[in-house]
Amino acid sequence: MSKLVAPVLEAKNLVKTYGRVVAIDGSDLQLFPGEILAVVGDNGAGKSTMIKCLSGAETPDSGVMELDGKPTTFRRQKDSRDAGIETVYQTLAVSPALDIAANLYLGREIRKKGPLGSIFRMLDNSGMKKSAKEHITALGIGTIQNMSQAVETLSGGQRQAVAVARAAAFGQKVIIMDEPTAALGVRESGQVLKLIQSLRARGLPVILISHNMPQVFEVADRIHIQRLGKRIAVVTPKSHTMNEVVAVMTGALILDVKDQTLGPVR
Amino acid sequence: MSKSNLVTDAAAEFKGRATKKQKLQAVLHKYPWVSSAVVLVFAIFIFSFGNENFLTPNNLSLILQQTAVIGAIAAGQTLIILTAGIDLSCGAIAIFASMVMAKTAFVNGWPGWAAFMLGIAVGTGAGAFNGWLITKINLPPFIVTLGTYNVFSALTLFYATGRTIMDKELEPFFLYLGNPIPLGEFRITYGVLLVIVMYLILAFSLRYTGWGRHVYAVGDDIEAARLAGIQVKRVLMSVYVTAGFIFAVTSWVIIGRVAAASPNSGSNLNLDSITAVVIGGTSLFGGRGAIFGSLIGAVIVGVFRNGLTLAGVDLYYQTFAVGVLIITAVSIDQWIRKAGV
Ligand SMILES: Nc1ncnc2c1ncn2[C@@H]1O[C@H](COP(=O)(O)OP(=O)(O)OP(=O)(O)O)[C@@H](O)[C@H]1O
Ligand SMILES: [Mg+2]
Repeated sequence: MSKLVAPVLEAKNLVKTYGRVVAIDGSDLQLFPGEILAVVGDNGAGKSTMIKCLSGAETPDSGVMELDGKPTTFRRQKDSRDAGIETVYQTLAVSPALDIAANLYLGREIRKKGPLGSIFRMLDNSGMKKSAKEHITALGIGTIQNMSQAVETLSGGQRQAVAVARAAAFGQKVIIMDEPTAALGVRESGQVLKLIQSLRARGLPVILISHNMPQVFEVADRIHIQRLGKRIAVVTPKSHTMNEVVAVMTGALILDVKDQTLGPVR
Repeated sequence: MSKSNLVTDAAAEFKGRATKKQKLQAVLHKYPWVSSAVVLVFAIFIFSFGNENFLTPNNLSLILQQTAVIGAIAAGQTLIILTAGIDLSCGAIAIFASMVMAKTAFVNGWPGWAAFMLGIAVGTGAGAFNGWLITKINLPPFIVTLGTYNVFSALTLFYATGRTIMDKELEPFFLYLGNPIPLGEFRITYGVLLVIVMYLILAFSLRYTGWGRHVYAVGDDIEAARLAGIQVKRVLMSVYVTAGFIFAVTSWVIIGRVAAASPNSGSNLNLDSITAVVIGGTSLFGGRGAIFGSLIGAVIVGVFRNGLTLAGVDLYYQTFAVGVLIITAVSIDQWIRKAGV
């Protein structure tokens, strides 16, 4: 990837601690326009915490974030959303008792036109159901028919599909997905990967956290390797093999970030 | 099956296999107030055999008047319980506001409307104080309101110097809600009408506005709501402030109903309002329920007490019956929740 382009989203030296647990310890991240950046790392490496900082769900203790080269601070999730960043969280962040349409539009409900909406603040439920259905169908994950179905009555994978559809429907600038295929079957995983590629085709950069190496190597332009709260290397599927990435991830190999050459553990 | 479809296939399969019990469970899951409505109709049916005076316009009007106050408090309590909170101080807020209204009018000679406005402001402020402790200091609602229940009760006694203000001393403005609306043989008071209007407004807001949806989402899963971009603290604050306002309006209903303002009344309002909400099918775990259920719940308690009294049943047994109702309601709630998993 040419370093002449400026990153869309950049984090420098982020630190986030929970009490005495250091979740990320001076981690960097760069996301370039129109790329799929995979973020890999062992359990507890700080991947989720990192993207929570990027989406304003958590506030980093220190470090800077830049969106389009401008320093940015997200004080709440809504700030990042207003900036066009959509996130699929590992926990999905769907409200079980609400239906699919309500979940898709949660926090950005659309009001009816005219005085019913402006004075009585009535929601345009039928309109939201209709476009929710379009978004779900566009995803191609089995056509979930009934948008009035409560999310808790869906299977784990179907819930994940709802969360992915939500991000894909509203993302304007950056889309972040934290293990979006973890609960999905083979066919549905393929569908989500296709979706990610189509987002890239639309020019949207995607951050994809995944433990599934074949998937990562299938779609990623670059692979950000996170270990013990730090970014320790960035490689590409062309420059390195899966085994090498896994070895770096687990600490069996040490990779110099700058010249990206492999070296044995010292 | 070219357009193979996981969801509809699974749903169709489920429907095919669903037993009567599962279907009932699913209906109750969607409309949690249905079981309380059934209990109400059933109770009215039974009690009408217990005493011929039960089903008279006179007696039914009396039941409504008796339940208006609990019903009003339960409206605010429902909002809070929907967010998975609880308010043990609601009755104390209402009594505090009623004493402020009565004393500023009677002792300080304020005009009725000004005293009323001050009472409303005090009640709303008390709700806001609860909300502030819960959202800014991050204390659990149970602890906060247990504390403020004592604080508000003490403030009331201190402020009122232990004195009841009787109807002759009260301005007609305050007694207005006790007046009946002529409706044939029924004697529905303006207080009852106000409570019904309050429920209509709240039901509309909860069902048709974004605010209502956010109240449910926060109670359902607060972390999911936060990550979905809802400003959960703002929603919680709005709920406690609205509830405080409702409790303050209730104080007007209380004065109209008992034609007096007494610092010692209403100690049972706190728990009775929770009883009404629970019997009305709203889940104490938050995110599930309908506000009208609480009105039905309040009326059920009123119907049981009234019907059992007319049937000559001792007060102890009435209280016992209400206890059984609560436990039954929560058991049904637990059973319904299983349908969702
Ligand atoms: N809310 C929290 N409170 C306390 N500690 C936390 C919290 N969230 C994360 N941590 C800690 O921070 C570290 C990094 O967690 P994080 O969830 O970012 O890991 P991850 O790389 O996403 O792991 P996984 O692959 O299992 O999802 C872990 O040690 C975890 O225990
Ligand atoms: Mg994670």
